[in-house]
Amino acid sequence: MSGFTFTIDGAEISAEEGQTIMEAADAAGVYIPRLCDHEGLRHQGGCRVCTVKANGRSASSCTEPAAPGLAVESETPHINKLRRDLVEMLFHEGNHLCPICEASGNCELQAMAYRLDMTEPTKFPYLEPCRAVDASHPDIALDTNRCISCGRCIRASQDVDGKGIFGYVGRGIHRHVAVNAPALSDTDATVADFAISPEVCPVGCIIRKRQGFERPIGEREFDKAVIGAEIERKRDE
Amino acid sequence: MAEPRLIEISPVTRVEGHGKVTIHLDAAGEVDEARLHIVEFRGFERFIRGRLLWEVPVIVQRLCGICPVSHHLAAAKAMDMIVGVDALPPTAEKMRRLMHYGQVMQSHVLHFFHLAAPDLLFGFDAAPERRNIFEVLKDQPELGRRAIAMRRFGQEIIEATAGKKIHGTGAIPGGINRNLPLETRDALLAQMEDMEAWSMDALALARDYTLEHAGIIGSFAAFGSNYMSLVREEDGALDLYHGALRALTSTGEPIFDKLDYTRYAEKLIEDVRPWSYMKFPYIKTLGSERGWYRVGPLARMNTVDFIDTPKAEAARQELRDITAGRPQHAILANHWARMVEVVHCIEKVRELLNDPDLQGTDLVAKGERRREGIGVIEAPRGNLIHHYEVDENDQVTYCNLIVSTTHNNEGLNRAVKDVAVSHLSGRREITEGMLNHVEVAVRAYDPCLSCATHALGQMPLRVELYDAEGGLVAERIRDH
Ligand code: SF4
Ligand code: SF4
Ligand code: FES
Repeated sequence: MSGFTFTIDGAEISAEEGQTIMEAADAAGVYIPRLCDHEGLRHQGGCRVCTVKANGRSASSCTEPAAPGLAVESETPHINKLRRDLVEMLFHEGNHLCPICEASGNCELQAMAYRLDMTEPTKFPYLEPCRAVDASHPDIALDTNRCISCGRCIRASQDVDGKGIFGYVGRGIHRHVAVNAPALSDTDATVADFAISPEVCPVGCIIRKRQGFERPIGEREFDKAVIGAEIERKRDE
Repeated sequence: MAEPRLIEISPVTRVEGHGKVTIHLDAAGEVDEARLHIVEFRGFERFIRGRLLWEVPVIVQRLCGICPVSHHLAAAKAMDMIVGVDALPPTAEKMRRLMHYGQVMQSHVLHFFHLAAPDLLFGFDAAPERRNIFEVLKDQPELGRRAIAMRRFGQEIIEATAGKKIHGTGAIPGGINRNLPLETRDALLAQMEDMEAWSMDALALARDYTLEHAGIIGSFAAFGSNYMSLVREEDGALDLYHGALRALTSTGEPIFDKLDYTRYAEKLIEDVRPWSYMKFPYIKTLGSERGWYRVGPLARMNTVDFIDTPKAEAARQELRDITAGRPQHAILANHWARMVEVVHCIEKVRELLNDPDLQGTDLVAKGERRREGIGVIEAPRGNLIHHYEVDENDQVTYCNLIVSTTHNNEGLNRAVKDVAVSHLSGRREITEGMLNHVEVAVRAYDPCLSCATHALGQMPLRVELYDAEGGLVAERIRDH
C-alpha cells in the first residue's frame, strides 16, 4: 500500500490510498463533525456537517478522498459557523423537544449542537411539521418529528440487513424518510435488524419500545464526554 | 367551499402573566360573586395523546415549575398500573419516596420563606416593595440564608434521585432508573443535623406567628369546608406518596374513607362553569353546593389520624389542640401546617437515608399490561390525580388530570369573595389594601398560578369590578 501525508489545520496526517479525508483524520485522532456518516455504512455525503476546505474548496470530508499534499482546513471559526447553521436548521426543520425526548443525552444531533456551541436556536423560523408517531409495531416506534433524514437507517436496512425497509419519499423540501409499507407493523422489521439498533439512528426517531429513560442522567453517552471524544482520545494515546 | 376560519382563543390571564380577579355586584351594589381566573392545563391533556407511555412521567412534570416531581411521580404511578406492576421493588419505592419528600420540603420552604414570610414578617399592609424575599434577607440575614440552604437541600435530594435538580428522569414505569450511591447518601446525611434544627425553628416561627395573630387569622377568609386527602390505608397516618382517599365534613364527620383511589370517579365529579377553563370538582353525594372540598397541607392535618414521625406528630397535635381536635378552617394556618410537613419530610429523609434498601439493585418490576392507569399522590399543594388510558401500541388515548389548584377552585373563589365583601361593603373602589388581601388569600392556598411560579414576593394581579349590568366600574392592576 502506498502511504502519503496531507495536513489538517496545519497538522501532518498520514493516509493510505483510497481513504477519505475523514477516515484518515479518524485514524490520526482528529475528529471532524458528522451526522450522516457512520462506521460500517456506505458514505452518503448528505448532511454536509463534515464540510471542510480542501485546498480552499468546500468538500464533504466523508466522501472526499485524501490526496498527497492536500491542505485541509476544518476547525476554523468560519467552517464551524457553517456547521452550526446546518445543525440549527435541522432543529428548526423538525420538532425537537429535547427535555422530553428519550434520546436526550444519547442523541448525536443534540451532542453536535453542544459541541458546536449552538446557543441560539432562534435564528430561523420553526417549521413545526405535524407528524404522527408510528407505534404500530410491537417492539419499535418511529417518531419522525425527530428524523433528520440522514439516511443511516436506509443504508443499514438495504446494505446490511438486506431488507430495504426504509427509504426516501417525496422531493425537494418535502423529501422525508418512510417505511416501505403503510405502517411499520406491515414491514418485516425486527429489533434484531442493524437498522433498528440504537447506534444507527443518531436521534430519537427509531425507538425501541419500553426502554426510554432507563439510563439515568449522568450515565448517558454524552453526559461524560463531548461527541467525538473517542476519536480525539486516539491522538492523546 | 367556505374558507376555513382561524378561531383564536387566547387566555388573557396567561398572556399577561397576571392573576385576574373579577368581582360582580348585584343590583343593590353588594358583592354577588368573585371569580379567580386561572388558566389550567387542558392543553397538556390533549398534547399527551398519542405519546408513548414511558414518556408520560417525563412530559407531564413540565406542568409545574414548583412541584414537577409530584407530577412525575403521579404519572409514574399511573404507568406502573398500566405496565401491570402493583408493588414496586423496595429500592424503587423508597427512592421515589425520598424524591418526593425532597420535593415537598423544597416547595414548602420556597412557599413559606420566599412567598409568605414577607407578608408574615412585615404585615399584609406593608408597602409592596417591602414584601419580598430580598427584604427578608436584609432584615433577617440568617433566616434568609437558612431558607436558601434548606431549599438547596431539597433540590440535592431531587438531583440524587432524578438526576437533575429540576425535570429529571428518575421514575420509569414499574420502578426507578437509579439507586443511591453511598457517597451521595453520606453527603446528604452530613447536612441532616442542620436541617433538623432549622426545620424546627421554621416550625416555631410559623406556629408563633399563627398564635400571636390568632384574631386576624381566625377571621381572615376562614370558612368551613369538606377536606380530602390520601391517608395511609392501614392506619390513617399521613402519607404523602401513597394511600387511600379519605374525605371529611367541616365538623370532621367521615364522607368516605379507605377509598381505593382508582375509584375516585365514583365519588368526585367535575363541574364546568362558562367563565373558567378550570373545572370545579365536588363530592357527588353532597351535590355541587355542599360537596366542594379543599386539599393541601391544612386539609391533611384535618384528615389524618396521626403522623408516623415523632416531632411532626407533636407539632400536629399542637395545631389540632387549638380547635380541640376538630378541623381547622383558617387558611392562614396552612403556613403552620406546611412547616409541620417540612419537619415530617426531614424526619422521613433521615429514616430513608439510613435504609440500606436505597443501595439495592433490583430497580424495576414487570407485569401484565393493562389499559387504564390512575396515579394519585399528595403534592405539596394537595391531592393530585393523574388518569390515563393507553392502547395496545403503547400510545396514550385519554388523559385526565385533577391538580390541587382544581380541587381548591371553589375554596379559592370563596376566599376571594370573602375579601371582596369585607373590603368593598358599599364602596365601588378597589383599594391597595384589598389587592394585598386578595394576594394573601390566594397565596395561602398556594395555587399553581403561572404567576405564582415566577413572581418572587409579588404576585402580578389585576382586579376588576363589575356592576349588575356587567359594566366595568373600577379596575386596579399591580405589575411587577
Ligand atoms: S432527537 Fe435529539 S435533538 Fe431531537 S429532541 Fe431528541 S434529543 Fe433533542
Ligand atoms: S430515522 Fe433516524 S436514521 Fe433514519 S433517516 Fe431519520 S434520523 Fe436518520
Ligand atoms: S457526514 Fe459527511 S455529509 Fe454527512
